[in-house]
Amino acid sequence: MPEMLADIAEGLLTHGAAPALIGGRDRSTGRIVFPCPADAERFEAVELPREGRIWSWTVQRFRPKSPPYTGPEAFEPYAIAYVELLGATIVETRLAGFAFDALKVGLPCQLVTEDFAGKRSYAFGPAEAGDGSRGDGIAGEGA
Amino acid sequence: MTEVCIIGAGIHPFGRTDGVSGLQQGVFAVRQALADAGVEWPDMDIAYGGSSAAGNADIMVNDLGLTGLPFINVANGCATGGSALYGAYASIKAGQADLALAVGFDKHPRGAFDPRPSDWGLPDWYGETGLMLTTQFFALKLRRYMEQFGISPVTLGRVAEKAFENGALAPHSWRKQPVDLDTIMNAQMVNDPLTKFMFCAPAEGAVGLILASAKKARELGIAAPVTLKAATVRTRPPGSFEVFSPSLDIDRGPSPTVIAAKAAFEAAGLGPGDIDVAQLQDTESGAEIMHMAENGFCADGEQEQWLAEGRTGLGGKLPVNTDGGCLACGEPIGASGLRQVYENVVQLQGRAGARQVEGARTAYSHVYGAPGLSAVTILQR
Repeated sequence: MPEMLADIAEGLLTHGAAPALIGGRDRSTGRIVFPCPADAERFEAVELPREGRIWSWTVQRFRPKSPPYTGPEAFEPYAIAYVELLGATIVETRLAGFAFDALKVGLPCQLVTEDFAGKRSYAFGPAEAGDGSRGDGIAGEGA
Repeated sequence: MTEVCIIGAGIHPFGRTDGVSGLQQGVFAVRQALADAGVEWPDMDIAYGGSSAAGNADIMVNDLGLTGLPFINVANGCATGGSALYGAYASIKAGQADLALAVGFDKHPRGAFDPRPSDWGLPDWYGETGLMLTTQFFALKLRRYMEQFGISPVTLGRVAEKAFENGALAPHSWRKQPVDLDTIMNAQMVNDPLTKFMFCAPAEGAVGLILASAKKARELGIAAPVTLKAATVRTRPPGSFEVFSPSLDIDRGPSPTVIAAKAAFEAAGLGPGDIDVAQLQDTESGAEIMHMAENGFCADGEQEQWLAEGRTGLGGKLPVNTDGGCLACGEPIGASGLRQVYENVVQLQGRAGARQVEGARTAYSHVYGAPGLSAVTILQR
């Protein structure tokens, strides 16, 4: 992922070698949401775990309308999922690198960044073999 | 407190009616409902109505008459009709009106809805990257449910098969042709596991209902009116799974349907076992499956057996969506919830013809909409 790509939105992803999604922790309840809301008085920005498991999935088989969709005109179906990030929250995401017929609830996966219409965005891909860690960030200390 | 009755019901056929505006369809439905009730427009004390994409309901007074009545516009997404009915019901309950109108109508362009992120308080990237589609939400909620409770794809197909069978018997439906299970299962996939026959489509249509206090119904000489035993509207509790959610809480909670249903059964003093016929929100096949359990009619997972045995078909233990529901009638957002109540009124009056549920005395309706609200009614005659 070349660093020169502009982010699709500010405050979505951290930078550096192992980027993470940025969630928001409700300072009073500990509840974590994604993306981090603008209300800094109520929400504190936190890095979300980079690994998770597919909580639910589907395949988008028709091209969404533009606007708002900015993907390529030549449409290829793509998989999306909710991914449970242990101890934090369940995030909605595009999937990258999975065969559609291999998708199932519970599959381990990990955050990747991708070029989406010329911008740096995020997706989840298959978990790398041997990487059994639950990631860093806030895993285990959530609400 | 006073009892509330439904004494008139009118409908403009659902589907596509070129050259007739949504508002005109609404006026058509109101006139039919007034005639059905045997009352005139100037008799009405108050009106509630709305559409999602076809204009303001109160403009109808231009056609119906400038009687000066209060006419409240309702905008509550897919539950617009249900909320209009709730308003009319509450006005009579409160003693503010003896005769009230609830009307819902709509006319949508072809194709899926195309919401804008900013209208929903969401960042632009959510729409730009192709995550903001209602069909995805339905598929994602359903996939999780199927995994948890052992629902198989063929059960989804059976729901659609039943919808088109029933729709073929309803004069107001859009889809008039039965579709066999193989065709449904092998059709183009839209959002896995849902094929194109398992989704409803945006459409057109209108429904008007005339509500009266029990006292007024007696004065009008209506012998056995349909009584509205309960009308509830509830918004989402914490942890519910709703459309357009970039994240979900790990601690899951109940849906707005669960709390609306519970409140309705309590208000009516009835339970799920007392219901003879039910209309449940079926935006897609899986929604009907999940709503069977959320409304309390079966345990999670029992739907697999219920559908295999045809228990929700006409002649089954609990016929569900007897006019084919949204799958066969399409979904004109503002009218959809009131169509369910219209169908229940017709069933309780024994006027449902080939789709009549024999001996139906107690009927249930449930509409669900974004961003997480449900409206339930229980009717008895």
